[in-house]
Amino acid sequence: MNWTLALPEILLACAGLVLLMVGVIPKRDMTFPVTMGTLGALLLAAVLTMATPDGAAFAGQFVSDSFARFAKVLILLGAATGLMLALDWNEKQGIARFEFPVLVLFSTIGMMAMVSASDLITLYMGLELLSLSLYVLGSFDRDNARSAEAGLKYFVLGALASGLYLYGASLTYGFAGSTSFAAIGSAVSGQEGVSLGVVVGMTFVVAALAFKISAVPFHMWTPDVYEGAPTPVTAFFASAPKVAAVSLLVRVLADPFADLASQWQGVIWLASLGSMLLGSLAAIRQQNIKRLMAYSSIGHVGYALMGLAVATDTGLRGVMLYMAIYLVMNAGVFAVLVAMRRQGRSLERVDDLAGLGRTDPAMAIAMVVFMFSMAGIPPLAGFFSKLYVFLAAVQEGYWVLATVGVLTSVIGAYYYLRIIKVMYFDAPAGTLDPRSASVSLVLAGAGLFNVLFFLFPAPIVAAAAAAVAALAG
Amino acid sequence: MLEIGLGHYLTVGAILFVLGIFGIFLNRKNIIVILMSLELILLSVNLNLVAFSANLGDLTGQIFSMFILTVAAAEAAIGLAIVVIYFRNRGTIEVEDVSTLKG
Repeated sequence: MNWTLALPEILLACAGLVLLMVGVIPKRDMTFPVTMGTLGALLLAAVLTMATPDGAAFAGQFVSDSFARFAKVLILLGAATGLMLALDWNEKQGIARFEFPVLVLFSTIGMMAMVSASDLITLYMGLELLSLSLYVLGSFDRDNARSAEAGLKYFVLGALASGLYLYGASLTYGFAGSTSFAAIGSAVSGQEGVSLGVVVGMTFVVAALAFKISAVPFHMWTPDVYEGAPTPVTAFFASAPKVAAVSLLVRVLADPFADLASQWQGVIWLASLGSMLLGSLAAIRQQNIKRLMAYSSIGHVGYALMGLAVATDTGLRGVMLYMAIYLVMNAGVFAVLVAMRRQGRSLERVDDLAGLGRTDPAMAIAMVVFMFSMAGIPPLAGFFSKLYVFLAAVQEGYWVLATVGVLTSVIGAYYYLRIIKVMYFDAPAGTLDPRSASVSLVLAGAGLFNVLFFLFPAPIVAAAAAAVAALAG
Repeated sequence: MLEIGLGHYLTVGAILFVLGIFGIFLNRKNIIVILMSLELILLSVNLNLVAFSANLGDLTGQIFSMFILTVAAAEAAIGLAIVVIYFRNRGTIEVEDVSTLKG
């Protein structure tokens, strides 16, 4: 038994239970101590994750390799920034409850189990632990009709996606004879041809995971949920769970279903193309900035999937690198969104940013960096994330994808630049309330990463390459 | 005598699954019906897994269905809780009224 491989998850689970007690037993409000405790647990888990050796545990249900470690560090980073952004916002919104950090903690355990899964059952348990926590987080502002509606929509479509996954998993189990990734992999690589049941099962599984990463044509819940959910929750939705689900999709397609690449490449190709087009075109007319970010995130998933459609090591490295950089860009943009509050009321229209260049120059400059980075303008980090996937696509002759990718980046630049125009050339709409230290910290960290990435890309690129190499081997 | 084999179970499973999907998308009345349709989908999956498990002579499928039963209970609890807070805010659970967020 080498259960120590799951030590980060076990630590987080125990910490979650302890923090629930800490939140309930004292008679006063424990939100701040519980949040700090959660942040500490996440940090400790990140250290433990990096120290975990390679290996398989729990009779092949759980695997620890450099791919899982890479994704887990990103997930922990995303969860921690989500919590930091929520700390002050929830307080001002009057929804500061200690359950919030605990739910984020449990969803983090789910994500970590997901990316470490080497069996359909572990994958399902991780996915559900994540989803169930996210349904509650989506409707966390429970006296707000919009938040309740977002939670409801997310629940119905998320549960439907889980159902699709399960149906696909049952077919895969029946026709491949096992739920373990290794056994499925050897079943589909047989000489006598693959059973149609496995292909249908895989299609269902891919469709369900496309739901979770909000790729076209399974994206329809994203704008509504992102708009309705409380802003820090949206920030969390768009970061860690997205990284986890994309990593999971990469692992499932590149590990057990690797030999069916000819079957799934076309599906991913279409999803990538559709997501890039929809993400850039539908965002143009959005006035609500959270809704705009929802379409932007659909578009970014499309770019990341381009690397998966290519399906070479270079392509997969591009995907992981894309998600790493997207996580940081996204944290930065949402730090600005969380800071958008005037006279105690939270704002979410693009026009509310008017004149930010004069009223809060520091934040406006950070926002300019994030917008240029999202649009993929060199030398910011967002340019490199796109460069690596486009490079892989061109090398393998995926000209259509690469061309559409470049064109949609240009269209996307329009609405990113519109935000910059509103900030610098429109009449000020009044000063924003002073932002909290935690938001400023996230802003500064994400801003510096985006600006300075081009000076030292090597360690992160090498880590992504090592992660993908573990998958192929 | 008609022999009942794997194919029959899979057919019933597929019919239940499709009923569940249609129940979600064609239903214009009540959110509770959507929750029932979700349960139907999970039920069809359990039927599939148990049938495959018996057919393969392998216990994994039955263990998987035990996990699904447990998670389905948690899912139903969370779903109903969300429906309750939604009703408190809006005073209705008609599917057609769930449309504040759009654009």
